[in-house]
Amino acid sequence: MKTNGHQIDMNETVISIRNLYKSFGEKHVLQGIDLDLHKGENVVVLGRSGTGKSVLIKIIIGLLKPDAGTVNVLGEEVDKLEDAALRALRLKVGFSFQSSALYDSMTVGENLAFPLTRNNRDMSKEQIRKTIDIVLEAIGLPGTINQLPSELSGGQKKRIGIGRTLILRPEIMLYDEPTAGLDPITSMELNKLIVSVQERFNTSSIIITHDLTCAKEVGDRVAVMDEGKFIREGKFDEVFSEKDGLIKSFYDYNFIQ
Amino acid sequence: MSSTNEKSDKPVITAKIDGFFLHFYNIAAFVGRFFREAFRPPIEWGEFVRQCYQVGYKSLALVTVTGFITGVVFTEQSRPTLSEFGVTAWLPSLVAIAVVRALAPLIAALICAGKVGSSIGAELGSMKVTEQIDAMEVSAINPFRYLVVTRVMAMTVCLPLLMFYNALIGCLGSYFDVHAHEQTSLVSFFDNAFAQITFLDYTTALTKAILYGFTIGIVSCYQGFNASQGTMGVGKAANVSVIVSMFLIFIEEVIIVHVFNSIR
Repeated sequence: MKTNGHQIDMNETVISIRNLYKSFGEKHVLQGIDLDLHKGENVVVLGRSGTGKSVLIKIIIGLLKPDAGTVNVLGEEVDKLEDAALRALRLKVGFSFQSSALYDSMTVGENLAFPLTRNNRDMSKEQIRKTIDIVLEAIGLPGTINQLPSELSGGQKKRIGIGRTLILRPEIMLYDEPTAGLDPITSMELNKLIVSVQERFNTSSIIITHDLTCAKEVGDRVAVMDEGKFIREGKFDEVFSEKDGLIKSFYDYNFIQ
Repeated sequence: MSSTNEKSDKPVITAKIDGFFLHFYNIAAFVGRFFREAFRPPIEWGEFVRQCYQVGYKSLALVTVTGFITGVVFTEQSRPTLSEFGVTAWLPSLVAIAVVRALAPLIAALICAGKVGSSIGAELGSMKVTEQIDAMEVSAINPFRYLVVTRVMAMTVCLPLLMFYNALIGCLGSYFDVHAHEQTSLVSFFDNAFAQITFLDYTTALTKAILYGFTIGIVSCYQGFNASQGTMGVGKAANVSVIVSMFLIFIEEVIIVHVFNSIR
């Protein structure tokens, strides 16, 4: 299947989540989540704050353990992996944090080089520099290599955060609220970057957001989450064709914005 | 009424006891993980050297000043009593024994707990609450090996060096005071000072410094690595790192002194 200029292979599932449950004390955050991500596909998980969206992708990358259910990423069951196997899997899965999580004592160049040098210790300085230049060019910030994170704007930090994950050439990208806290113009640029990453690096992505514009721009498929469950799933236009309940409030909120 | 209270109190007490043992287990697991990770390649030599610079070189000025003042003050305080018995000639050896056996390890450790321990607690705490440690995890980097192992090793290696340096400066401070009052030469002062120091004294001091360095490193890294509750958690991590490190240093001091005195 071809969408927005990129190829989606509906026969190949890169992430498969079945019957996923997670609670923190008395708070039941995820209550039976099922989700498939196909190769080359961008799936947007939409939902209000506190509905468990970020918990979902933290379980996918193995930062949190589920209470029940299975998470299969590239053929591996994440919560059953030993440390070494989990690290090997993480090389294939990029994670972009809501806060960017850049190492504030390092320059942009050092931030990008850090995962590269730790995981490819044989790389020469020239190879590292060349890879950094390619990534900086891909994220549209070629002149920032010597800048510190404190000297960057919010949008630039998000881009560098994405660049830091891209440098390991992942097959899957997980974005946690990529446009949160950004102005509409910067958000639009970031949406374009997410689509260009998908096309240029041939990634499959899960994008966590509460931004309808982002969902419409970048998502091949949208899943709406409420109280730990998906209440609607499908193409953006299908999901938002019937505006009732939560869908209506989402639509109204974004319309007012 | 009382039975209701008993019923409602019981789970709170149980939870506190559970919490205490869970905390104790977590610390033991943290120390265990350190020993598992510390000797497994690849070792982060670059970060280890950077931490040695932070712990050792950047503490030198403070250690020099406090060591010198300790030597001078201890000599000044001891002189009146010794001169009553007409044995001011014992001043060099008295100061050397006090400095090497007790003062230098304690002073170097307390300075490092305050200066370096708080800084490690705050740095790692800040990295934890801003998700920088999680960012290492998801980039397939082992944050424990990069952040904890290097810092604990640097503290364990640098504190003995700082301790011996502190002892030397303390003796030098004492020499200046003794020289001003008793016109003793440098060679004569140090001959007298080190004549009474035994191999066991050096071993005791070295054991103390290694253990104190390891304690400060582990406590500060544990507090920082497990920080929560945003910026408040960072402050708490820095604060608790210093308090717990100092408390444990004094407990270890008592134990080591007892153990080595039983050998002596």
